[in-house]
Amino acid sequence: MELLDFNVITTSLPEFWRGLLMTLQLTGIALLCGFIAAVPLAVARVSKNHWVSGPVAAYTYFFRGTPMLVQLLLIYYGAGQWQWMQNAWAEGHPLWSLFREPFFCALLAFGLNTCAYTIEIIAGAMRNTAHGEIEAAKAMGMSRYKALQRIVLPSALRRMLPSYSNEVILMLQGSAIASAVTLVDLTGAARNVYSRHFAPFEAFIFAGLIYLVLTFMLVGLFKYAERRWLAHLAPRKASRRKEA
Amino acid sequence: MDALIEYSPSLLGGAWVTLKVALLSLALAVATGLLGAAFKLSDFLPLRLWTMFYTTIVRGVPDLVMMLLVFYGGQLLLNEVVDYFEWEFIEINPFVAGVLTIGFIFGAYFTETFRGAFLAVSTGQLEAGRAYGMTGWQVFWRIMFPQMLRYALPGIGNNWLVLLKSTAIVSLIGLSDMTSLADQAGRSTHQPFTFYLAVCALYLAMTAVSGYVLNRLTARYNVGVREAHV
Repeated sequence: MELLDFNVITTSLPEFWRGLLMTLQLTGIALLCGFIAAVPLAVARVSKNHWVSGPVAAYTYFFRGTPMLVQLLLIYYGAGQWQWMQNAWAEGHPLWSLFREPFFCALLAFGLNTCAYTIEIIAGAMRNTAHGEIEAAKAMGMSRYKALQRIVLPSALRRMLPSYSNEVILMLQGSAIASAVTLVDLTGAARNVYSRHFAPFEAFIFAGLIYLVLTFMLVGLFKYAERRWLAHLAPRKASRRKEA
Repeated sequence: MDALIEYSPSLLGGAWVTLKVALLSLALAVATGLLGAAFKLSDFLPLRLWTMFYTTIVRGVPDLVMMLLVFYGGQLLLNEVVDYFEWEFIEINPFVAGVLTIGFIFGAYFTETFRGAFLAVSTGQLEAGRAYGMTGWQVFWRIMFPQMLRYALPGIGNNWLVLLKSTAIVSLIGLSDMTSLADQAGRSTHQPFTFYLAVCALYLAMTAVSGYVLNRLTARYNVGVREAHV
């Protein structure tokens, strides 16, 4: 038996390409929306008022404590349980009809999930802001909003970079479950190739390699970003100690 | 709600399957992680390179892709082997495939956790053990391991929580864990939302119990450590 049949891969390249585009769209849009929503919610998360921070804490607790696959299934298959939702579908309601679309449901699940993790990452970075910086902002007579905008957020959003790069990579890999709701992403393409040619090694190793390359690119991108925006925190070259 | 009560024995049975997958994977991952950490800290270059290769692959490839590879690819390999030796057909079990894959993946994360923890134990302790005439194994088991565990526990806790959640994907290769049983119950009662929400609640319950156990363990392994409070 030939272990790897490269013909299987070359004939399915267009399929893998479409799958790759789907994976990139899903992760890209989910990460972008999740991040945009996470910034104000992280500000709410660190609020001293429990009525403000409590709901955000409950949201992140739920989404960080349960598997993303179950969240996706809950949104995609669960929506149809409600009579009013089915009525809205029958009427062709523009908003609720989106819940019949697997692409929208996957975006919603992934976006809500990454948003929850991103909130905690940003909130953690905000809590770690040096006390002196905040006191200085107050002494300068800045309002809470001004201090957030000028002092706390710019530095927190930089310091979050290393942990956020982890989240971005986990999101890319987590998006592989999109094939559970009939979407043909990179993993879905590999599953189709597998079932057509009965060639599990070709299909899944090739898909895995593409994911690996994407991950390396992301790691490189974040290394560059850290050099650019975290240069002030890098250890000085001359006094760099041997890593333990 | 009636449907939930009616199906609760099945769902709880699924929760037990999920827990079994998670605990067996944890055992495999911890064993792999200890071995990986030992390899990574060894003086022998090929071992270090091999472990580096292993941890890089695991971080770069989604768990689902790896699980599908193990499940379908493993079956194909097994068929070849079975044909060669003219045995009876053996079917690869989704439970075994799930445990092997999750154990393999999290072995890489535990490798990093244990590597850091091994380095954190001061060498004076190990030298003292040697000076008392302990064998290498005794030094490891009596001195290295208990102290290493203290440094490793926060990482172990994190890895375990992520591992627990990643067990949900075994439902995609046909194992009747709680996610897949909730899917079946949701379809037959037309109440998928209720059942998936119940699965979420069960996962949250498992997380909460794990948090309690981890706190107890942390307290146990930090006995005698001086702490300062601001």
